[in-house]
Amino acid sequence: MALYSEKVMDHFRNPRNVGVIEDANGIGEVGNAKCGDIMKMYLKIEDDIIKDVKFETFGCGSAIASSSMATELIKGKPVSEAMKLTNKAVTEALDGLPAYKLHCSVLAEEAIQSALDDYYKRKGIESRE
Amino acid sequence: MIYADNAATTKMSEAAIKEMVAVNENTFGNPSTLYSIGQSAKEVLEKARQSVASVIGAEPNEIYFTSGGSEADNQAIVSAAVNGRRNGRMHIVSTAFEHHAVLNTLERLKKEGFDITLLDVHENGIVIPSEVEEAIRDDTCLVTVMFANNEIGTIQPIGEIGEICRRKGVPFHTDAVQAMGHIKVDVNELNVDMLSASAHKFHGPKGVGFLYARKGTRLTNLIEGGEQERGKRAGTENVPGIAAMAVALEEAAGKMDEYSAHLTPIRDRIIAGLSRIPHSALNGDAVRRLPGNINFCFEGIEGESLLLLLDDKGIQASSGSACTSGSLDPSHVLLAIGRVHDVAHGSLRLSIGEDITEEDADLMVDSVSEVVEYLRSFSPVWRDLMSGKSQFIL
Repeated sequence: MALYSEKVMDHFRNPRNVGVIEDANGIGEVGNAKCGDIMKMYLKIEDDIIKDVKFETFGCGSAIASSSMATELIKGKPVSEAMKLTNKAVTEALDGLPAYKLHCSVLAEEAIQSALDDYYKRKGIESRE
Repeated sequence: MIYADNAATTKMSEAAIKEMVAVNENTFGNPSTLYSIGQSAKEVLEKARQSVASVIGAEPNEIYFTSGGSEADNQAIVSAAVNGRRNGRMHIVSTAFEHHAVLNTLERLKKEGFDITLLDVHENGIVIPSEVEEAIRDDTCLVTVMFANNEIGTIQPIGEIGEICRRKGVPFHTDAVQAMGHIKVDVNELNVDMLSASAHKFHGPKGVGFLYARKGTRLTNLIEGGEQERGKRAGTENVPGIAAMAVALEEAAGKMDEYSAHLTPIRDRIIAGLSRIPHSALNGDAVRRLPGNINFCFEGIEGESLLLLLDDKGIQASSGSACTSGSLDPSHVLLAIGRVHDVAHGSLRLSIGEDITEEDADLMVDSVSEVVEYLRSFSPVWRDLMSGKSQFIL
């Protein structure tokens, strides 16, 4: 049995939306190098739509695959939908992760939420509610 | 495919496989029985014991066959602890980067009231003998120091430590799992009282190993039952495995000089090649290391993704990152030689085997260089290092 699903390996080998958005209006970074995982998300939001999203990740195979999948799940979607992204959705879209790797999908969710927080902060809205 | 994880396990040699099959087919009897097929199995067993003993300069009755290196480590340490407790000596000296078979056994003894001193292994991954001497107390019942480290391959000054222990009258055990069959091991030259070894690290089968215990060493049973192994290790002997181990060890010992002469320059070629990767560092002493061991840290990347991408390129290797260990912390060995967490996550161990060629070596260097560069290209850690937001460690 392989360590990861085909889906995970596909997103790990060919990560979608890798890189930086120079004029991003929402940036989030979570994790720390001490624990071995850092994810950084860049959002370009226009008219409440995620026009573009890119990521940079330092981490294991499932961290890279989770970042890639999370960007795919929110790209082109309204902000309101992106705000509802959960780690469960990321995991399911990847056809599952080993139990001890679930924290990677949590990190992906947190990275997106952190970038959205940053977007709202820049807009001068403290709370998203 | 290039298999570069020989420190994890090795492929059985053809001679060892042949021996294992032959014993299974022809000498399947139980060595404890009196009829001829049982007695033939007993002969096979004792021949193997003699062969293993002669390779390490021991007497046959000082060899106890076990299920592998971990069992031998456990039995050696527990035996010394039982003897120590009997004499009111409850202090053990070891090192911070032992295999978990040793460390976790010591941890258990600590809970039972033993005092454990774990010596520093310094930046080069080598114990300083005078520090062993200073650590020995009146109540020390055991010194246990591994022969060669399983992750970074550094070879310890076992002879000097053995001499100190002999002079101080303290029993000395060494976990020689990585050394056996790769570098010369002679229990008398080195003043070793107990030694552990495992067959699958030198092209023998898995699930078999041995404990050497110098005559006069009082052993405690881990497994109670029949009178096998002179009453010190119960259970019907794994005769085919033991016979195959003896064949593999003789073979490895016979080819040791030739293999070492072949492997050492290739190892150094790989080390030189990987050193050209910016912000990388060799882990452990460059010279006093096993002929097949290469271990590096690459700043800004994580080890598991490195391994997966190398696997895609047909290279099988290992890492000391947390993600590959299943725990939150990276390798205790890398931490023991002073690598910080951030850097230890980006480690790679290549343990090459005898059939490696210079072309393989160059291919590995190229592949590792490519993958490291690729992973760095989208690593936020690397970006911060390059932009000066954080400081390079390597």
